[in-house]
Amino acid sequence: MRTVLIILRKEFKQIFRDRMMIPIIFFMPFVQTLILVYAATLELKNTNITIVDIDHSDFSRHLIAKFNASPFFKVNYQEYNYSLIEDDILKDETKSVLIIPANFEKDIRSGAPVNLQMNINAIDGQSAGLINIYVNQILSGFIKEELVEKTAINPGLLPASINVKSRYWYNEELNFKHFMLPGILVILISMISIFLTSLNLVKEKERGTIEQINVTPIHKWQFLIGKMLPFMIIGIFELTLGLSIGMLLFNLPFAGSVLTLFVFTLIYLFAGIGMGLLISDFAATQQQAMFTIFFFFLIIILMSGIFTSVESMPDWAQSVNKVNPVYYFMRILRSVILKGSTISDLLNEFIALIIFGITVMSFAVWRYRKTV
Amino acid sequence: MYRENIIEVENLVKKFGDFTANDNLCFEVKKSEIFGFLGANGAGKTTAIKILCGLLFPTSGKVMVAGYDVYKKRHEIRKNIGYMSQGFSLYEDLTVKENIEFYAGIYGLKRSEIKTRFEDLVQKLGIDELKNKFVRDLPLGWKQKIAFSVAIFHKPQIVFLDEPTSGVDPITRRQFWDLIYEAVESGITVFVTTHYLDEAEYCDRVCIMAEGRIDAIGTPDELKARFQSKNMDEVFVKIARGK
Repeated sequence: MRTVLIILRKEFKQIFRDRMMIPIIFFMPFVQTLILVYAATLELKNTNITIVDIDHSDFSRHLIAKFNASPFFKVNYQEYNYSLIEDDILKDETKSVLIIPANFEKDIRSGAPVNLQMNINAIDGQSAGLINIYVNQILSGFIKEELVEKTAINPGLLPASINVKSRYWYNEELNFKHFMLPGILVILISMISIFLTSLNLVKEKERGTIEQINVTPIHKWQFLIGKMLPFMIIGIFELTLGLSIGMLLFNLPFAGSVLTLFVFTLIYLFAGIGMGLLISDFAATQQQAMFTIFFFFLIIILMSGIFTSVESMPDWAQSVNKVNPVYYFMRILRSVILKGSTISDLLNEFIALIIFGITVMSFAVWRYRKTV
Repeated sequence: MYRENIIEVENLVKKFGDFTANDNLCFEVKKSEIFGFLGANGAGKTTAIKILCGLLFPTSGKVMVAGYDVYKKRHEIRKNIGYMSQGFSLYEDLTVKENIEFYAGIYGLKRSEIKTRFEDLVQKLGIDELKNKFVRDLPLGWKQKIAFSVAIFHKPQIVFLDEPTSGVDPITRRQFWDLIYEAVESGITVFVTTHYLDEAEYCDRVCIMAEGRIDAIGTPDELKARFQSKNMDEVFVKIARGK
């Protein structure tokens, strides 16, 4: 036990003397939460829409006024000239073009079918989908309010519609920041556990100090505990710091129990540190370790469902996620923070993470050799 | 004078793939002697020393260190040896004192014991001003002396030194050898590799290696007589020519 304490003391001294470690530990949570949460937003605001009004009627002006009033759109006007319209899209001056046809008002009044033409730049499919939804919302609002209430059109002439009133649970305002923040915390904790552990261990190899350690009667488990425990502690600290930033600056609701969150985070850190150790078993230099981690890190983070819904991924990707610890932890953190889930609600994730952690850690520890 | 063997090596072979780094080595080291391993770079000295320290597995052969078998009792061996590698692996971002306290702690020395031994060491080396400096700020010669002091701080039976004096001036080397003699006087056996032939004269017995094999073994005087040479330099050249 004393040996472990001696190693811990050495590790903490070295960690806090490392010029890079202080910024990583203290500033990274701020940078990631403050910048990434804003930058990684999928919310749509003030997107440019070009409206071509061929009808020039009361109705078309009403409709344009509705677009102007919407927070989602900034309206440009354009005359009806196909090449000018295309030019606008090519230059990225507009994301979408709505064409109000001639006889728009007349056809509505007579109950004839009306077709509006909508062109959306769909390079970014996600925002194209959102634009489409918002345009349709404005149009149906326009039909209801403007036509039925302000004019004397017989509602019977309008297509009957079923209104679905949605309530958004757990994130009522559909606040994207509240969705992203737990995700950013997952990245933060993953980086601390995987990157720092393996770089720290490989550094000893690179400098040759590991040889000196290996000729001492120190036991493998003593050395490894001394190496890993600091990052366990730093990981928990990072979670606390990141969570505090989220709650203070982004009003992140915290529905769950802190204890549950910490239990899950400790298990995840165990798994992450195991991965870090495993990589350091095979890497001879910090550079090798970095590149190896980058390769895996990008894949497991993007597949984890941080930006996109895992349920809409193809089946094979979902199967891959069965062995992706980040996927489980992403679900766990979001569920505990936003929904207040307990360990029994997340039993599958709980068991999966434990199995993953024990498997990776055992393999990594078994592979770690004092004698080669 | 009879002295017991502290290291016994019989038919030691170490292969890395097709390359044979140690080819059938046989030698023994007596208690409290300075045993030198001499040879050009790549002769297999470092490989042999790493096997004796339990850092590498031998491919075959019998190797006993301090009475323990390197195949089965590496942990026991580690308790009884000290090691200073070519890279004298002190932690550059720890001070001299912190390095010594760390390694002494790992070897299980008591805190009070560490304190007294450290004070003695500071006095002996005259490093009162250096003891709280980071190792990275020390000149090479001091790093080597301190690495050596760390390697024998826990009073091992044997200390293994892998080219401990490479890269420093002759005066610093001489000072380093004074430390080695002092260690031997306190009963520590010294196993040292070097490619400085003048250092061979300081050893009780030397073993000359080339291309993974032992070409000659004996005291410096014996070797000089056998090869009719004035100094070890000539011995070495004659052995090399004799091939």
